[in-house]
Amino acid sequence: MAKETEILESVTSSEYKYGFSTDLEMETAPKGLNEDIIKLISHKKGEPEFMLEWRLKAYAKWLEMIEPKWPNVTYPKIDFNDIIYYAAPKQKKKLGSLDELDPVIKNTYDRLGIPLEEQLILAGVAVDAVLDSVSVATTYKEKLAELGIIFCSMSEAVKDHTELVKKYLGSVVPQTDNFYAALNSAVFTDGSFVYIPKGVRCPMELSTYFRINAENTGQFERTLIIAEEGSYVSYLEGCTAPMRDENQLHAAVVELIALKDAEIKYSTVQNWYPGDHEGKGGIYNFVTKRGICSGDNSKISWTQVETGSSITWKYPSVILKGDNSIGEFYSVALTNNRQQADTGTKMIHLGKNTKSRIVSKGISAGKSNNSYRGLVQVNKRAENARNFSQCDSLLMGDKCGAHTFPYFEINNSSAHVEHEATTSKIGEDIMFYCNQRGISEEDAVALIVNGYAKEVLNQLPMEFAVEAQKLLAISLEGSVG
Amino acid sequence: MDKISQENTDLKMKLIEDFNNFEASLNGQSNEEIHNVRRDAIAYINENGFPTKKFEEWKYTNPANILKNDYVQAFTVPEKDLSGIDVSEVLAESNANVLVFVNGRYEISLSRIVSKGEGIFVGNFAEAYKSHKQLIDEHFSGLAKNEKGAFTAMNTAFANDGAVVFAADNVQIPEIIRIINIADARTGTYLSQPRNIFITGVNAKAMISEEFFTVGENPSLTNMVTEVYCGEGSMLEHYKIQNDGANALHVGSTQIRQAADSHYSNTTISWGGKIIRNNLQAEFAGNNTECHFFGLYLLSGKQHVDNHTLADHAMPNCYSNELYKGIIADKATGVFNGRIMVRPDAQKTNAYQSNKCILLSEDAMNYSKPQLEIFADDVKCSHGATTGQLSDEEMFYLRSRGIPENDARAILLQAFAEDVIDTVKDEYLREKLDKKLIEILKRTR
Amino acid sequence: MITIKDLKASIETEEGHKEILRGINLQINAGEVHAIMGPNGSGKSTLASVLTGREGYNVTGGSVEFEGKDLLELEPEERAQEGIFLAFQYPVEIPGVSNTNFLKTAINEIRKSKGMEPMSSVEFLKTMKEKAKLIGLDPSMTSRYVNVGFSGGEKKRNEIFQLAMLNPKFSILDETDSGLDIDALRDVAEGVNKLRTKDNAFLVITHYQRLLNYIVPDFVHVMFEGRIVKSGGKELALHLEEEGYDWITEVKESTVA
Repeated sequence: MAKETEILESVTSSEYKYGFSTDLEMETAPKGLNEDIIKLISHKKGEPEFMLEWRLKAYAKWLEMIEPKWPNVTYPKIDFNDIIYYAAPKQKKKLGSLDELDPVIKNTYDRLGIPLEEQLILAGVAVDAVLDSVSVATTYKEKLAELGIIFCSMSEAVKDHTELVKKYLGSVVPQTDNFYAALNSAVFTDGSFVYIPKGVRCPMELSTYFRINAENTGQFERTLIIAEEGSYVSYLEGCTAPMRDENQLHAAVVELIALKDAEIKYSTVQNWYPGDHEGKGGIYNFVTKRGICSGDNSKISWTQVETGSSITWKYPSVILKGDNSIGEFYSVALTNNRQQADTGTKMIHLGKNTKSRIVSKGISAGKSNNSYRGLVQVNKRAENARNFSQCDSLLMGDKCGAHTFPYFEINNSSAHVEHEATTSKIGEDIMFYCNQRGISEEDAVALIVNGYAKEVLNQLPMEFAVEAQKLLAISLEGSVG
Repeated sequence: MDKISQENTDLKMKLIEDFNNFEASLNGQSNEEIHNVRRDAIAYINENGFPTKKFEEWKYTNPANILKNDYVQAFTVPEKDLSGIDVSEVLAESNANVLVFVNGRYEISLSRIVSKGEGIFVGNFAEAYKSHKQLIDEHFSGLAKNEKGAFTAMNTAFANDGAVVFAADNVQIPEIIRIINIADARTGTYLSQPRNIFITGVNAKAMISEEFFTVGENPSLTNMVTEVYCGEGSMLEHYKIQNDGANALHVGSTQIRQAADSHYSNTTISWGGKIIRNNLQAEFAGNNTECHFFGLYLLSGKQHVDNHTLADHAMPNCYSNELYKGIIADKATGVFNGRIMVRPDAQKTNAYQSNKCILLSEDAMNYSKPQLEIFADDVKCSHGATTGQLSDEEMFYLRSRGIPENDARAILLQAFAEDVIDTVKDEYLREKLDKKLIEILKRTR
Repeated sequence: MITIKDLKASIETEEGHKEILRGINLQINAGEVHAIMGPNGSGKSTLASVLTGREGYNVTGGSVEFEGKDLLELEPEERAQEGIFLAFQYPVEIPGVSNTNFLKTAINEIRKSKGMEPMSSVEFLKTMKEKAKLIGLDPSMTSRYVNVGFSGGEKKRNEIFQLAMLNPKFSILDETDSGLDIDALRDVAEGVNKLRTKDNAFLVITHYQRLLNYIVPDFVHVMFEGRIVKSGGKELALHLEEEGYDWITEVKESTVA
């Protein structure tokens, strides 16, 4: 084994030495994926040797893997050799002021209620115009550093916090976990890294600042959050503002590690470009998200509001390893037009007295398809495991589909597992009732959908909950009648 | 794919050989329409082989465990021994039809048919093929198509005996039809493949119960297919009581098609047998149909029972309701895979499904997969699944009233199971089930 | 306030057009309460649906003028914003939407249509408290989801509570008495009576006379086969209660002849 590694090292390093010297100046790698491209990525990012080895191992495994097929999701075959895996961060064309912004986008920002400062940044208005918010961001960073919290890009973490990365990267989602996780492990470009030291309660949502700076993380995002004993962090990913991206395929990996008595709350609002009415040009979002409650009494909570992407394929999961640990999954997935979403969670109960709770609210409109797929597994030693799942579907129109595929694998008699699912629709009678009270169709849809999704929206940080509510209503415009 | 077919090569070769022998034994009949259907079925198996546990539909029940024994097809064995097979208890009740099958073959000497007359046929497959050839040609494999899977195709390939019940338009068969299937495992390891066809015409009515027993200790496999056609406005009550021996295996597929305004109710109770796989599928081909699936599985030892159901709503205004309950002890495994499909035109569908399970031991397992697939918007659908144990509070309440722990447990479990047994409308059968339930619960720890 | 002239309407059925309203004439002035009675299937509820703009009804002739506006041109919510209210015979359940949130949205939409600012939360809550007291509604009902899990009586009471909150000019009560026991009926009727002013008007649709013992109408109209076949004062209701509806056939024949 050791010899093999040695040989591998000598081969890889020699290739690296000679094979790529001339290409080092390139800003963009050629299309396609091979070991050289991975070496290029690693080199460009100035990564330590272990990282390159790790990537190459993932790549070797990926070559042997078969692309997953899901019964309720269809899309043209992806040509993995037609993708550019490395490009230096592009400078967006800076605008002089918000007046230069596309009025349609400006209007959407306004209706979502996004603060002006953030609008400037989202729109890419030149930095000097938004000095205020940058200085605010800097203040945040200082404050976090005082507490010993590390909050930086994955690229920085690989270089500056190598030991932590070495220890935890791939510990929850192994390189070989699935096809897209393997691909991500081989080629990930950036993402974020969070480390909360023992006993520290992170004083702010790691979001208000970060969501603005989330640009340029690329299509293969990698996130790692570690909460040490007794610590707490709430992290928010994504943005209610519509995000367009040139990259059609997004395959992110997120790993969460909660040690003894620690709690991680991870919230996502995803509103990537869903494609046009026929579904053309939308983003494929194939994400692996998993957390481990590795210590006793730890807790991981996933909350997601998914309105974007033409295809969403994600199952934020929790491995409940520590005794008395808790896993939660709250989801609103909205699909319209030709969108397809196949999303859900896995709750793997390993420790004693572990609890999980699943609340999934699917909303289908237009010609879309919305599937919940989830697994609750109670293993033999997981004494007194508790699970409650509620999976509801709301249908608008008669051309969409809503599907529920829950799996329960119960291998312990002390388990108590409950699942409920219902399907309902926004019917003409409800609509007329609202109209008759003077409420327009648009407002009625907003009212009903937000009522329906309330249990999930309540889990979001306050200011995001408000935006998310509006987002749901905007996403459903014109889908009734 | 290669790997899959490889594993089944031996079995396939054996089946093809059996088929050739079977064909030879048919003489003239091998030119008839019905035999073309059989030929297609064996060709299907030859081409597709058998499923493996990698198939989503067989995720929790490994087909290899069913197929691994070296079975001899029962029809190839000429001698039979009916000594020690006693059905007198069933026959004691005078106003019931009793059809007895031993290893899938009709035993006229043990049977009794009371429902006769205009528009009624109660009897076996061969007899039906003689007297109602057109009816059989029209309905044989109309629902149990090869695409339903290799086990169904295997049955079709060798289908030659089984029970046939036919009630013509406006005919109500007053007497229940009791079908007793006995696996004789005293002398060999047999594979029996009974094929049942039940047809109710417009506004017709019938009640059918199937019971399964085993004599002997050898492994046995019953691979049964039942096709049920419910005519407009007809009513059919259908019970399946699985009472087989400790080494008996059962794969059963029941395919139902309901025309408008029909009413079908199925109760499946599984408490005997080593491995059971039941497929129960109803498609609604007309408006306003009503369909009930009830199931109870009460398992101990290393028993493994897998119920797959499908309520396929293709038409508007139909109602389906499903309740499956399981009590699982020792190292037994229960699997429930219920699927509700609501197709685009099936507006105003009402579909409900519930799976409730109690695990009684450390090593008991339950896999539950209730699925909803909905393509119409004006529907009311819900499903629920619970797995747990008896409520501590209820147990304590009973014990605080002086009831010993074991009795208290039995009382609560009986109440849990009774919901399903109560759906059996035939009093004779229900009383028998009640007795058996109490007997089983007494030994269940 | 509202003038209905020769109003005709039909619905689509599997057998084709079916004419339900065959020429309704009705004039209702501010401060008046009118009752429409008639046997099942005479078109009473259809009239309510057509006036409020429910989908599925084709107006095939006639006109409806409300405060000088052509009512039939307006969308359902615009009619509501103009001040038309329907107390539904079968109020729907809206899961997840609290009564408070629902009413606040409705009130503010109506105010918006009039160019008014949204009502402040304080004022809204104050109004809600007052009206709940007036109608005798348990204040805890306001935080529950609209009609979800309400009993039949609670649903009807909630309709009248909404009426009180929205303060419409013209209210249609569609079989508000159906499914109510006598105590609930009295409570609901008392609520309505408290809301009567010289500036608003009510149209009470009912099959039975008993509601009219409590909500005393100024005019009673008898509807049969899509037409108003007889009109009179409150004593007409009593007459109907005693004689049943059989005699209408004769009236109708004599009218036609």
